[in-house]
Amino acid sequence: MKAARFDYLRPTTLPEALALIAETPEAKVLAGGQTLGPMLNLRLAQPSLLIDIARIAELAEVAEDADGVTFGAIITHAAIEDGRVRDPTAGFLSEVAAGIGYRAVRTRGTIGGSLAHADPAADWLVALSALDAELNLAGPDGRRRVALGGFVAGAMQTMLKANELITGVRLAKFSPAARFGYHKICRKVGEFADAIGAAAYDPERGLHRLAVSTPAGAPLLLDAPFETPAAVPEIAGLESQLRQAGFAGDAYETRLRAVVLKRAATAMAAR
Amino acid sequence: MSPGTNQGIGARLLRKEDDRFLMGRGQYVGDLKLPGMQEVAFLRSPLAHASIKGVRVPRELKARVFIAEDLADVAPIRADTALPGFKSSVQPVLARGKVRYVGELVAMCVAGTRAEAEDMAGEIELELEPLPAVTDMLAARKADSALLHEAWGDNVFLSTLTEVDFEAVLKKATQSVTRELRTSRQAMSPLEGRAVLAHWNWRLDQLEVMSSTQQPHIVRSGLAECLGIDEGQIRVVAPDVGGGFGYKGILLPEEVALAWATRRLGLPLRWVEDRREGLAANANCREHHYLITAYADRDGRLLALDCEASVDAGAYSAYPFSACLEAGQIGSILPGLYDFPHYRCRTFSVATNKPPILPYRGVARTGVCFALEVTLDALARALGIEPTSLRLNSLVRPEQMPFDNISKRHFDSGDYPEALRRAMTAIDLKAVRQRQSRGESDGRRLGVGFAMYSEQAGHGTSVYAAWGIPFVPGYEQCFARFTPDGALELRIGAHSHGQGLETTLSQVAHSILGVPHDRIRLVHGDTAATPYSTGTWGSRSMIMSGGAVAAACDQLAQRLIKIGAALLQAKVSDVSLSQGFVTGPAGRIGVEDVARTYYRRPQDLPGDVDPGGLEVTAGYKAKRDTGTFSYAAHAALVAVDVGTGEVEILDYVVVEDGGVLVNPMIVDGQICGGTAQGIGTALYEEMAYDAQGQPLASTLSDYLLPGPAEVPEIRILHMATASPYTRFGQKGLGEGGAIAPPAAITNAINDALAPLGAELLISPVTPRRIAEAVADAERTGLRKAP
Repeated sequence: MKAARFDYLRPTTLPEALALIAETPEAKVLAGGQTLGPMLNLRLAQPSLLIDIARIAELAEVAEDADGVTFGAIITHAAIEDGRVRDPTAGFLSEVAAGIGYRAVRTRGTIGGSLAHADPAADWLVALSALDAELNLAGPDGRRRVALGGFVAGAMQTMLKANELITGVRLAKFSPAARFGYHKICRKVGEFADAIGAAAYDPERGLHRLAVSTPAGAPLLLDAPFETPAAVPEIAGLESQLRQAGFAGDAYETRLRAVVLKRAATAMAAR
Repeated sequence: MSPGTNQGIGARLLRKEDDRFLMGRGQYVGDLKLPGMQEVAFLRSPLAHASIKGVRVPRELKARVFIAEDLADVAPIRADTALPGFKSSVQPVLARGKVRYVGELVAMCVAGTRAEAEDMAGEIELELEPLPAVTDMLAARKADSALLHEAWGDNVFLSTLTEVDFEAVLKKATQSVTRELRTSRQAMSPLEGRAVLAHWNWRLDQLEVMSSTQQPHIVRSGLAECLGIDEGQIRVVAPDVGGGFGYKGILLPEEVALAWATRRLGLPLRWVEDRREGLAANANCREHHYLITAYADRDGRLLALDCEASVDAGAYSAYPFSACLEAGQIGSILPGLYDFPHYRCRTFSVATNKPPILPYRGVARTGVCFALEVTLDALARALGIEPTSLRLNSLVRPEQMPFDNISKRHFDSGDYPEALRRAMTAIDLKAVRQRQSRGESDGRRLGVGFAMYSEQAGHGTSVYAAWGIPFVPGYEQCFARFTPDGALELRIGAHSHGQGLETTLSQVAHSILGVPHDRIRLVHGDTAATPYSTGTWGSRSMIMSGGAVAAACDQLAQRLIKIGAALLQAKVSDVSLSQGFVTGPAGRIGVEDVARTYYRRPQDLPGDVDPGGLEVTAGYKAKRDTGTFSYAAHAALVAVDVGTGEVEILDYVVVEDGGVLVNPMIVDGQICGGTAQGIGTALYEEMAYDAQGQPLASTLSDYLLPGPAEVPEIRILHMATASPYTRFGQKGLGEGGAIAPPAAITNAINDALAPLGAELLISPVTPRRIAEAVADAERTGLRKAP
């Protein structure tokens, strides 16, 4: 199939982009297009206008201050994979990026695009939820910052307002003691994962969290499920924690999630 | 053969085709453009089974949109067989009266671009009245099922029964096991989908169809039947074709629709299938169901098989291979490589509201091998012996060759037990058993599995006459000629779409005439330029086209010798042709010089020269046309995580006997590619439908194909038992790789799970199926515990 007719504009400044979004409610923002492209071709999306934000320089920057690092929304997975932008997690972000889809997808796909699309099987959603990331948003009324936890309302649904744009992802500073782990189970290398688990531990920030993908949308978070990185929880215990936390999948789906969490925690302990 | 050269039969030559394929210079239908060319999109049925109440085309689109009424003078596609009891389905080019599967063509839309043609399809109002969808082949056989083809009275295209002294086994002391097995529906996935470009050549008053097909002459016959014009008024060209696997051996309604409409509109028309159309509406294959009982004596020798097999054949009988090619062959293939005395097999080709089932590499054999070989492992476990022991006890032995088996298949040559023994050694069965007893440090379970098959290839008239499908293969021809500069040109009617025939047939010709490999050119894929052929299918081309090339080169050799002898002033009986020279007692002359003399200096030719010149058409048929039987033993070593169901293939061995190998490197490529597809069948590929007949996979993110990371290094060991019936002892082997992997891998997984009491009987063996089988076995075990 081929896409239905649409117009295409490529603004170079954020205000221009926001103005276009505001005046064309049926427009779609193109931020890499690795999901939107196929959706256009399958005619699952038929916007009247595509607003390509790939040339907005501000959105491609990495800003570091005393409290943390902010990644511009259009930084590609490949840039993170290759270490072309600063990685405050000592390699964890790069590891996550390297496992997203295929290299061709990573070359064009962007961190902000992925989070705005909010596919429950997306790597960034789970990994950045474990890291307690925040999002910078911009709209006609100005800028605001929201926690990634609470941003996703359902599968491919977010709290982003119709006239807003994700401009960046912010990670608060981690201490030298911080550790992270990640694991996903895919039927096939590069395909969407059946289950993704991430583990994060930073005693100085009081962060010890497991995050796992769910079909419903937002990743399920288990806070303080372990005392130290070395205390890797057992599968059966994780399964019951998942159920207590409201995970409603069947036995196999629950098992996969417990396994990816255990493997993520094990990977973290090995760091 | 050609001693002293390295370009003949047996040489590991790189493919001539590599240059254009690897450098992106191949030319496919999607690369072709003609002035004024328009693109076509089809409106397809959104429902699996429904009455058509109306197809309303907006007035402004009527000149560019066609529906069934417009094609009133086009005959439907009919692929009947002569088998007794076969019920005929009539497949309209555009749906008429009813739709019978999701994706069936309803209307054809023509526009300057594909996107605009799809816009037009969106403007058509299709009014359908839903009918109950028939989606399960077993339910479809029941009396209360809805009917696809009302006039039939049931949903069965054909049922067959093969029985040999079956009842007698019931009186013997035996061990038996019964299993119910399924192979899921799949979609063939060549890199290039189907594509057609049709236009009317007004100068020649001829329809020219460029199609991504593996059987250009058969497409021509089918188009002539549907359009009611002479075959001579049709030229079919198959340019580069990006993989066939059987899918490109089918006359599609899309081809007929474009061929009709191009004349009506006076414009070249092209349709390029997209992946969604290929997956969900066209390339379906493989869906089998078996209820099978295997009997053995107390010594661990196979005694009998009793089987009821059903194949979900979809809505229509596809042209030319029919709806029964799979089920109709099961009765004769199921006995495998084994010698046993009692047999019964009933088969059903069942019509359902799904796309027509098409023949995919291995055709029925992949499902049959899965059913038989997985059941044999279950039988061996019941007997308490190694599955390899049951096989070694039961295989046809080399001293029995040639051997007529219980279903009257004539095995031409080979040593089946030796293939299995080599596979056991290569995978190191003993070491695996020791490692299993120690256990794995990572908690995974190790399993080893074997599977064997034979692949009947190049079978001809005597086999297909009984089928009576729209074509019966007979003789195969090659037109061969020297050009005036002494180069050699070969023209064949079969088609090469990845098999490397441009290389291997050149090797055959080189072996006979000694013409340098780089001065031999193969012409194929054009009905206007090549002899008639049923095309490339059934692993036949190396046997049939190889035989025809050799026959034509033999005749050219005699003519060269006669001219060469005269030029050497020697008697014909005193000269010989070898390594590219006609050699006499006092000297020699190269075949290129003989050719130049023939064309450029006819004054030097002997008076009795053959006036037919240095071009001949010669034909071939094997000494016995029941086919060659290449065979193999596959062995898989896997590690299974029983918690998640993840499977890792640790080692994979293929011991293959393809007779005399024309080009071992190309053979290895065939085996690797086929095995990769077999791994797809085993672990990944599943074209599921819901109860309403809606396809549940329409993109490659829903329909999983194995990629480079999922296919292990495949270790190939060759045996080379010549076929007594073919020109060089070669056997067809193009499909075999795809036959055994589902059985070998499933047997390995079942070997790993056997101590837990779990067993998998459906392909693909997905992680969820494994984990659930293990959980079920745990529950059952707990219930049984006191």
